[in-house]
Amino acid sequence: MYRYDEFDARFVAERVAQFRYQVERRLSGELTEDKFKPLRLLNGLYLQLHAYMLRVAVPYGTLASRQLRKLAHIARKYDKGFGHFTTRTNIQYNWIKLVDVPDILAELAEVEMHCIQTSGNCIRNVTADQFAGATPDEIEDPRPLAEIIRQWSSLHPEFVFLARKFKIAVGATPEDRAALQYHDMAVEIVRDGEGRVGYKVTAGGGMGRTPYLAQVMSDFVAREDILAYLEAVLRVYNQDSRRDNIHKQRIKILVNAIGVEEMRARVAREFEEIKRMGTLQLPAQELDRIAAYFAPPAFEALPDAMPTGDLDFENWKRTNVHPHRAPGYAIATISLKAIGQVPGDASAGQMEALADLMDEYAIPEIRVSHEQNLVLPHVRQKDLPAIFARLQDLDLATPNSGLITDIIACPGLDYCDLANARSIPVAQAIAKRFAGLERQHDIGELKIKISGCINACGHHHAGHIGILGVDKKGVEYYQLLLGGSGAEDAAIGQIMGPGFGEHEIADAVERVVNFYLKERSPGERFLDTYRRIGMEPFKNIAYQEQMNAAYNG
Amino acid sequence: MAPASPKVLTANRLQTGEVLYWKAGGWIADLRQADLFGEPAAAEAALAQAQAFVAANQVVTPYLFEVRRTGDGLAPVKEREIIRSLGPSVRPDTGKQAPPMHKHHV
Repeated sequence: MYRYDEFDARFVAERVAQFRYQVERRLSGELTEDKFKPLRLLNGLYLQLHAYMLRVAVPYGTLASRQLRKLAHIARKYDKGFGHFTTRTNIQYNWIKLVDVPDILAELAEVEMHCIQTSGNCIRNVTADQFAGATPDEIEDPRPLAEIIRQWSSLHPEFVFLARKFKIAVGATPEDRAALQYHDMAVEIVRDGEGRVGYKVTAGGGMGRTPYLAQVMSDFVAREDILAYLEAVLRVYNQDSRRDNIHKQRIKILVNAIGVEEMRARVAREFEEIKRMGTLQLPAQELDRIAAYFAPPAFEALPDAMPTGDLDFENWKRTNVHPHRAPGYAIATISLKAIGQVPGDASAGQMEALADLMDEYAIPEIRVSHEQNLVLPHVRQKDLPAIFARLQDLDLATPNSGLITDIIACPGLDYCDLANARSIPVAQAIAKRFAGLERQHDIGELKIKISGCINACGHHHAGHIGILGVDKKGVEYYQLLLGGSGAEDAAIGQIMGPGFGEHEIADAVERVVNFYLKERSPGERFLDTYRRIGMEPFKNIAYQEQMNAAYNG
Repeated sequence: MAPASPKVLTANRLQTGEVLYWKAGGWIADLRQADLFGEPAAAEAALAQAQAFVAANQVVTPYLFEVRRTGDGLAPVKEREIIRSLGPSVRPDTGKQAPPMHKHHV
């Protein structure tokens, strides 16, 4: 994986020293809260309901064992012994004291980590496919480009004060595991008709108050031009976006206001201008230099021989073990969705034990997925039974990857200052309702995603079943959305109707799921059945209890 | 028009972010012991007084919120303030609600 050079190390160390000084000035009163807030946000520090929250960047979701161990140490020393992995593949700590933050940043810098650009109106942490470099169907590892984008976008002088935040993802497979179409900008590594590798660039996707899927800006950008092209998109956004209305500041609004053709034309003009200046080329040797950091480990010559085991192991293999590009190897998803657990939370003990396990089994990296799970990307198939046993001991062996209990949920009103309603208890109630594994297998792939407010950190628009928490006069209600997807068949979920009460929502979801089981054609996922028969029959079933109550009342 | 709900004044401690409540011209951690303002004028006067603590870099963003009287004391009207006064509903071992044996974490 990427290692800091002298420039990177100095850059991060200088930022730590700068923020230490800013905190001192805040505590002494030299900086007011109004002046300090944008500075702390530039370092991923929020003031939430109970304490400060610190968001640590995990670039393209990749962590070494020494980094995971440091994250565990920070959880134990400065927080309450746990951290929360997010849908942006970062980790958040919920109980941070402002006075400790400079020391935490210094500790992170020791393992080449930081919190820069995890908040604020800038280019955020670049995300990628959690199976990068391991999955058999990718054109090439997307992370070298993600790292180049990270370097290009870190404190880029033109793009530090954008109208609004800007999220970039990179993928390289037909199967989209990185929700590319929901990003402000995304790069998909593709081949053209002549077999040359280049980049398809999309822009204008996003969730939040006004969800849009991204539109294609260019089907093929040559390798050496990619930074020039991305800069062109950013430059158009920076110049032309609405800064006068907080609800209209994202690039998705610009693209849809001026139309995709006009957006492409403006980007093309900027791109030609940047090309003409000739200052932003990506030399092949630089791409190769960065790519070398991401070279896969030396795979042993092993036969493909997937071990067998007891029913628990076989169930885990069925959903949580995935094909690998190298014979004799596998990818393993570690579910952070044990039934009744807080989705995405991991304790310091779990993180430390995973770091030990990585070292013991020569697994150089662990990945964070946007679905709030962890992934061991390079596991010898013969080691799977022993690793599974260790994960069982850690309560990390839940066999539910991609199933109905593998629920995304934002922190919601239990922690978040912006939230209108709690998300986590709803996720827990639904997971408990569908805890039986046989039933989960019968239901098949079904992605539930829950947000506690319209900002959509829980990706509710992209859920096959989405749930949005709303506040009605201080009471929590939950709207159901159906038919969304964040994968290659991306779609925006449609709102069903009025919200359900906290104690009604799991029942409503169960009625919808049971109706799907009754109505599905052979081989249909929930999403397929919904797309075939539409919202109305699901709506009738979901509100059945309410209609019965009204009729009987 | 229905009479306004009584109010409590709250803020977060600058250094730690801890949730605080106004009592007798200062700040305490426990909502159950907080000053209760039945009269809007008294509530606004306390809020004005709290600005001195903002200026002294002790607290941030003081504001008033509504409570209602219950059998055994006060309860915030809104879920948000219930959660602030106790801690996350999904982690009863953390926050103000944590049993004393866990308090060393705070």
